[in-house]
Amino acid sequence: MIRYDLSIIENWIEPGSRVLGLGCGDGELLYALKTKKNVEERGIEQSEEGVSACIGKGLSVIQGDFNTELSDYPDQCFDYVILSQTLQQVYEPAGLIRSMLRIGKKAVVSFPNFGHYRIRLQLLLSGYVPVTEQLPYQWYDTPNIRVLTIRDFERFSKDVGFRILKEVAINTTDRDMHGSIVRFLPNVRATYGLFLIGKERG
Amino acid sequence: MMEKQYFQFDGLILENGTFFGPVTLAYETLGTLNDDRSNAILICHALTGDSHVAGTEDGGKKGWWDIMVGPGKAVDTDRYFVICSNILGGCMGSTGPSSIDPATGDPYGLTFPVVTIHDMVAAQKRLVDHLGITRLHSVIGGSLGGMQVLSWCYHFPDMVRSAVVLASTLRHSALAIAFNEVARQAIVSDPEWNKGHYYGTSFPATGLSVARMIGHITYLSDESMRQKFGRKLQDKEDFSFDFDTDFQVESYLRYQGAKFVERFDANSLLYITKAADYFDLSKYLDYDEVLMKLKDAAVKFLVVSYTSDWLYPTYQSREIVKVLKRNSLDVSFCEIEADCGHDAFLLPSDRLASMLSGFLSGVGPAGERRHP
Repeated sequence: MIRYDLSIIENWIEPGSRVLGLGCGDGELLYALKTKKNVEERGIEQSEEGVSACIGKGLSVIQGDFNTELSDYPDQCFDYVILSQTLQQVYEPAGLIRSMLRIGKKAVVSFPNFGHYRIRLQLLLSGYVPVTEQLPYQWYDTPNIRVLTIRDFERFSKDVGFRILKEVAINTTDRDMHGSIVRFLPNVRATYGLFLIGKERG
Repeated sequence: MMEKQYFQFDGLILENGTFFGPVTLAYETLGTLNDDRSNAILICHALTGDSHVAGTEDGGKKGWWDIMVGPGKAVDTDRYFVICSNILGGCMGSTGPSSIDPATGDPYGLTFPVVTIHDMVAAQKRLVDHLGITRLHSVIGGSLGGMQVLSWCYHFPDMVRSAVVLASTLRHSALAIAFNEVARQAIVSDPEWNKGHYYGTSFPATGLSVARMIGHITYLSDESMRQKFGRKLQDKEDFSFDFDTDFQVESYLRYQGAKFVERFDANSLLYITKAADYFDLSKYLDYDEVLMKLKDAAVKFLVVSYTSDWLYPTYQSREIVKVLKRNSLDVSFCEIEADCGHDAFLLPSDRLASMLSGFLSGVGPAGERRHP
C-alpha cells in the first residue's frame, strides 16, 4: 500500500511516460509508477541507503544532490519531474522549478501546508514554533528551511512564471497512509498541497 | 569443482594495426546457459586476477569474487551462466608474454605486442561468439575489469544488455599512470629482468615484488592503513636502528610482494599496466553514434564508487555517469561508504550484493526498449 499523497501523484502520471523523481528516498513512488504505469523511471537521491534500496528494487537512481545534478539532462527529456514533499527544504526553489520545467514537460510539486489550522492554533495558543506530524522537527533541528502555505505556492507561480495545471489539497491521517481531498477551505484544512505545473503559455 | 577451459582461435587485428595470433584464452564458467542463451554474464577481472572468479578449484582455492558469485549469491549462478576469462597479455592460462611463440619455440618476452583494453575485450568477444551467445545479460567488472566493461559497451553495444562498472574510470589519470610507471621501473631496473628475456634462466623477483608493494599501497587508503597498522612495530619493542623491517606496514608490504612473485609474471605486469595507462574512452565520447546505439539497445548501467578509493576516486565514476546522463541513457550510481580504499569492491558488502542482485533482476529478459 502506497502513501496517500503518492497515490494521488500516481494517478496524475500518464502510463508509459518518462519520469524523474527528485529526492526519491527508497523509491516507493517510482516503484509503483514503474510496476503499475510502466513508466521509464529515473531518480536522484542523496543518501546511500535510499539509493541502494532503489537500485536493489531494480530502479534507475543516481546518488547525488538534485540542486546540481539536473544541469546534465537535455531539455525536455522527461514527461514529468517530481518533487515530493521536498520543496520546503530547497535552498533556491525558483531556480529549481525552472530547471524542472526545462528538463521536464510537466512537474509535480507537493509540500506540507503551513496554513493548516492546527499549525495556526499551535503558534497562536502555545507561542511555540509548531511541531506537527507533517513537520515533525524543532526549530533548531529542522531541515525545512522555508515552510509555505498552499496560497503561497499559488502566488509563487505568478512570481516565477509557471502554470498550475492541477491542484489538489489533501488531509491525511495514520502517518499519511490514508486521507481525503479537501475542497472547502483547503488552505486551512489540508495537510498537504499537490500541484501539477507546466511552463507558461507562449 | 571448477575447471579451467581453453579456447583457441587464429588471432585478431590489434588496436595498433597488426595481426596477432594464435590466441588462447583460459576461462571458467558457472551455472547453466539457458535454451535461448540469454542468461550469460561476463565478469572481467582486474589487474592481477584470473579466470577463477568463484567456486573451489583443485587444491581448494576459492575464486577471487566467490563472495558475490555463486548459487543464491548476488550474481546467482542458479539463474545466470557466468563466464570469466583470463585477459590477453595475462599469465594465468591466456596468451601473454610468457607464452611460447609458435614461430620461434621460445617465450614471446618483449616480442609480445603491446595490447590494449580493447584488444582484451576483442579477444573476449571471440570467446563469447564461440559459446554461441549473441547478447550478454550483463558485463561486470571492477577496476581494470570496469575499463573492459566500458570498452565492451563502446565497441559491442549490441551485445550487452547491462553493464556494471565498479571502482573504475573512463580514462587513466596522471596519478594512476604515475604509480604504474614506478611499478614498471621497479621491474625493468632489476638486472634479473634482462630486457624481458628471463624465462628459464632467472626472474626479476625483487623488481616484481617492489612493483606489487606499490600497487598494494594504491589499493588501500590512509584510513585503512591507520586502522590496520598505525605505527605498530613488527615483532619488536623498539626501533632496530637499521634497515630491516621495523613497522608492521613494511612487513605486510614485503609479504604481499613476496607472495605475488610466486604467482605472477613480471612481463605480464608491464603489459597490463601499459594497457590500463592507454585506456581513455573519454576522447571517443563526442562520437554520439555509440551512445545512441547504447540508448536504442536500452543498455542499463550501474556505476559504483567507494568513498576512500584514491586510485579511481568517486569523481571519476561521476564522469562516467555524467556522460551517460547527458545522453539520456539508463544509469544508476551509488557511492558506497567504505574506509578500505580501492580494494573495497573485492570485499564482502551487503550493500553491493543487494544492489547487484536487484539491478541484474531488473534487466529485461530480452532487453528490448520498452518505448520504441
